[in-house]
Amino acid sequence: MDSHTLLLLPLLIPFVVAVATLALRTRPGLQKALNLIGMTGILAASIALLVRIGNEGIQATGLGGWPAPFGIMMVADHLSVIMLIVSALIGVAVAIYAIPNVDAQRVGFGFYPFMNLLMVGINGAFLTGDLFNLYVWFEVMLISSFVLIVLGNTEEQLAGGIKYVVINLVSSLFFLAGVGMIYGLTGTLNMAELAMALPQVEQEGLVTVVAMLFLVSFGIKAALFPLFFWLPASYHTPPAAVSAFFAGLLTKVGVYALIRVFTLLFTQDVGFTHGLLLWAAGLTMVSGVLAAAIQTDFRKILSFHIISQIGYMIMGLALFTPLALIGAVFYIVHHIIVKANLFLVSGAANQLQGTFSLKKLKGLYAAHPLMAVLFVIPAFSLAGFPPLSGFWAKLILAKAGIEAGAYWIVAVAMAVGLFTMYSMSKVWVNAFLPGTDEDVDAGRTPTAVRVMYLPIGALAAATIFISVFAGPVYEMAEQSADELMNSSAYIEAVTGHEESVADSATRVDLDGRAGGVHAQ
Amino acid sequence: MRNSLILRTAARLLVPLILLFSVFLMLRGHNESGGGFIGGLVAGTAFALYAMAYGTAASRRALRTTPQALLAAGLATALLSAVIPLVQGGAMLQGLWAKPLGVKVGTPILFDVGVYLIVIGITLMIVYELDESGVQFFPQEPHPASLPAEAEEAA
Repeated sequence: MDSHTLLLLPLLIPFVVAVATLALRTRPGLQKALNLIGMTGILAASIALLVRIGNEGIQATGLGGWPAPFGIMMVADHLSVIMLIVSALIGVAVAIYAIPNVDAQRVGFGFYPFMNLLMVGINGAFLTGDLFNLYVWFEVMLISSFVLIVLGNTEEQLAGGIKYVVINLVSSLFFLAGVGMIYGLTGTLNMAELAMALPQVEQEGLVTVVAMLFLVSFGIKAALFPLFFWLPASYHTPPAAVSAFFAGLLTKVGVYALIRVFTLLFTQDVGFTHGLLLWAAGLTMVSGVLAAAIQTDFRKILSFHIISQIGYMIMGLALFTPLALIGAVFYIVHHIIVKANLFLVSGAANQLQGTFSLKKLKGLYAAHPLMAVLFVIPAFSLAGFPPLSGFWAKLILAKAGIEAGAYWIVAVAMAVGLFTMYSMSKVWVNAFLPGTDEDVDAGRTPTAVRVMYLPIGALAAATIFISVFAGPVYEMAEQSADELMNSSAYIEAVTGHEESVADSATRVDLDGRAGGVHAQ
Repeated sequence: MRNSLILRTAARLLVPLILLFSVFLMLRGHNESGGGFIGGLVAGTAFALYAMAYGTAASRRALRTTPQALLAAGLATALLSAVIPLVQGGAMLQGLWAKPLGVKVGTPILFDVGVYLIVIGITLMIVYELDESGVQFFPQEPHPASLPAEAEEAA
């Protein structure tokens, strides 16, 4: 298969499935099967893409047959493909989990088409090499997630949905303003060309303004301090399958966008931009974990922990050394799997005892020891217990922080790890250890929950896999960090020819204005 | 407003004209202002007008399919225009052209047809839903004279 088709398969497959499930909206059984096949297909295509870029380097292709500066480019480097694979893995897990978890009414209202359209948006955001196109994928993603978050029409969902919609629209507005300004400054929106053109722009202040607009916009999407309030207000409302998918992936698209623009585009004033990011990372970690400590709802605790974990990823980006970026990428892989899995466990607990409240959940360990084991693996990993994946992720980041001399952020990260342990033990003590007053119902596990154990177990196995085989994952993260730190390979893959900064500087002189990339 | 004779008579004359105009707008969009989106909106208003005159139930019957099916068909058509060049060995969404009977047709028009169908589907889904589950602004009870098609068939 040629690279062009392979690169577009992660977009085409979910789109085809979305159309097919929409056409088959009276056949829920077929929809479920198609969704599962589609998600597995995306996983297979993403792995094939990883093999391809491992052999042939970064792949780039233009849509509609237009060459680089004019057409929309799709680019797959290691970071993109790692994100694709992990998100497809969550897609498969949620596809199985949703079969018993999502009720017939929600399926009737189009749960599966929108799930697949959301996947189109997420994969598009990971693959695009064009800023405006990134905006479009964000919109595709947001529209589908708006629908998914209110699907089912409960009062709680609508209240959460309104907050989610409004703040995300504000975020899009910031993004669009930034895109407009950057186009005005350079005359291009192709990211590779921007990477060449931005250092030539004379109004450095304006570039920093654009960087801040993007920071606010992606910061809202990634739930960065102080822009995270929408997340815990909305993520605990939809069915567990939906919140697991959101928790695992949506904020991470924001983190991905931050990593992309703050390694490829805005590296002119690292002291200011990345210094700010480091502060935001520290405050995000602390505020998320402290807020989680006072919560008593299973999913709200997990939601606040998403926020504190986002802080770790941004810490890796903000330190801006090769090792720190490796840590950030490793952390994203670890976090997506673990966090989605914990949400899936909370849904299974809800299925068994009819509540997400830690005050009402009790005795899960006595009645369902398998579930207790499946909870402990991701929970310990989240808290950073050796030898689980979270420990390696935190270790890399701590080492990078010490090497960079940012001791305070390392101290903060370690303290936040302890508090994470506190929250996880709170869940354990309240929900899993037996209640005191009444006997626990130790009857037969319902079939629905047995089906749910399948994806939960698979994701727990994935966590153990990246814990035991941390080496290969580290190597992949290392490759993506190399590509991020040294963007010339990315630029070369997109523009199709090697271009040094000196070349574009000459062209600026000829053109008589900054960023005259199109003057050729 | 409800069951207005003037509106019903005018609607019967206007609906086919508006539909014809919407197709014209869509085709015109190839080289001039117009296109699938605006064509779809205009076609959507034709059925919305019919709903105002005869009620949403009659308008749904006149559509002969569901808005959801139109949506799926539209997305599939647009997808087809993106994939055909891929199968032919080109890039996705690349324009491919052929000249059967001296008329130049290509995959971009297929994309426009897809957009046209999607927009009709979305518009009508919103119009019908709003009326049926909320405002109920359009005529609710089918008036004896409000079913022209059936009346003619009976006669």
